[in-house]
Amino acid sequence: MNAAALLLRYLSISLRGQLQYRASFLMAALGNLLNCLIELAGIWVLFDRFGTLSGWSFAEVAMFCGAVNATYAIGELLATGFDQFGTLYVKTGDFDRLLLRPRSTVLQLAGHELSLRRLGRLLPGLVIVGAAWAALEIPLEADRVGLLAFAMAGGVAFFFALMVLQATMCFWTTESLELMNILTYGGVETASYPLPIYHRLFRRFFTFVVPLACIGYFPIVAVLGVDDPLGTSPMFQAAAPLAGFAFLGVAMGVWQLGVRRYTSTGS
Amino acid sequence: MKQTPRIASLPPAFGSWRDIRPLVAVVSARYRTLLQYRAAAFAGFATQLFWGAIRLMILAAFFAAATEPQPMNLTEVVAYVWLGQALLGMLPWNVDADFRQQIRDGTVAYDLLRPLDLYSYWYGRTLGFRVAAPTLRGIPMVLFAMVLLPLAGLGDWALIPPASAVAFAGFVGSLVLAAMLATAVTLLAHISLLWTISGVGVDRILTVLVTIFSGLVVPLPLFPDWLQPFLNWQPFRGLADVPYRIYSGNIPPAEIVPELVFILVWTVALVLLGRLILLRGVRRMVVQGG
Repeated sequence: MNAAALLLRYLSISLRGQLQYRASFLMAALGNLLNCLIELAGIWVLFDRFGTLSGWSFAEVAMFCGAVNATYAIGELLATGFDQFGTLYVKTGDFDRLLLRPRSTVLQLAGHELSLRRLGRLLPGLVIVGAAWAALEIPLEADRVGLLAFAMAGGVAFFFALMVLQATMCFWTTESLELMNILTYGGVETASYPLPIYHRLFRRFFTFVVPLACIGYFPIVAVLGVDDPLGTSPMFQAAAPLAGFAFLGVAMGVWQLGVRRYTSTGS
Repeated sequence: MKQTPRIASLPPAFGSWRDIRPLVAVVSARYRTLLQYRAAAFAGFATQLFWGAIRLMILAAFFAAATEPQPMNLTEVVAYVWLGQALLGMLPWNVDADFRQQIRDGTVAYDLLRPLDLYSYWYGRTLGFRVAAPTLRGIPMVLFAMVLLPLAGLGDWALIPPASAVAFAGFVGSLVLAAMLATAVTLLAHISLLWTISGVGVDRILTVLVTIFSGLVVPLPLFPDWLQPFLNWQPFRGLADVPYRIYSGNIPPAEIVPELVFILVWTVALVLLGRLILLRGVRRMVVQGG
């Protein structure tokens, strides 16, 4: 069986498992949905009070917010195995079993679970993007839609990479630490607002070290068709999502280093 | 023969003085457990620091464009955000995992056998759960925001000292009451586990209600004016909004006492509600496991 077929097999088993607990799934999905809507409500409250955010409108900020939420949801959906890696595989020593199988560990962990409750963040995220698109009367052109899809694909790679890095840390710490939440949940919060409002150091960090802005702010500025107050060129904005894939490449390298360092807990 | 439940009569809101000793014991046990996880505490501290910085930059960017006077000024908002990050764990946004486990595997039966008033005992445990973590995280956060930030030349982003001695006294008083209110709310969620067992749903809905209506997402005075009458009467503002605004002087000294009474009344109401529901819950409870 080739890798793709095996991954599909894994995921379909996971889906069937989750559908055994429908109430629990619905509840968790509802919770995710509400969290996403709260975030948007928080933005709306501030716009209602202040009218503008250094020249950006509510619909524009909603576009940032919706896109990053949808992107993060897909990344999280695919990387659940990495998200729970410390607790489920390192602490218990179950990672030994994955290493014994003649398949890559990344493939097996990606197939660990397709966590359906993440749909609770994906759907409202997409609806918000659609509503903002309509409200801003952005022409529905192929290159804009294509760029948004490319940005989201880069974003999925980016968030997947973050989960892989979080899992890699478990080779040293055994239990997963809350620290990565800064970049995952904190990243979603950060990318929900336009980059220029942040301090210079934060902007550089989220462009050059952890390329969050390359999969959120820069390409979306091009989709919105506004001039970037930071002065980047449309060429750069369109190419920026590539950084998400590069980040994933780096994360995979780090993962391999971690796997080599793995010693079983033996329990 | 009809069985008489052990807590058939409705005792006074916080039980008798005898209930204090076990309460002290469970609270101190919780502290000692938490002190074992220093790495987790550091990770939590760093997360909240980052979160606070992001919130401040967002709010400051909105304030930069404000032309007319707002219900709060930026200094008060900065204090509000840092206090919110320092005291985050005190908000009743989740249920105690130990407690959920106990209901799930049936060991809750031991609690029913203890010669203690059940509500008071659970209240003590929940109080420990609610206040232990924030004191460990809160003190370094306050030191950072109040002392380190000005030293680093970021005085505009620092946590100001309390507006006055009266404001500080009012803040401490309101914080004690807020902890009691937060415990009462968390305990309601714990008691609801007797019905729902898993508690996943209750957890999520509680998080949503608490984060929005305590002022954690956006300080409550910045909400639209037409929402203020509702926001001023709901209990969750006693958890965060009231103490933080007393601290910064946004609530003037003359209004402190009525605000404290406001939190106290809601606490007593929720404690009585909790006792009532617990009474029914214990009657119909099915202990899991065998």
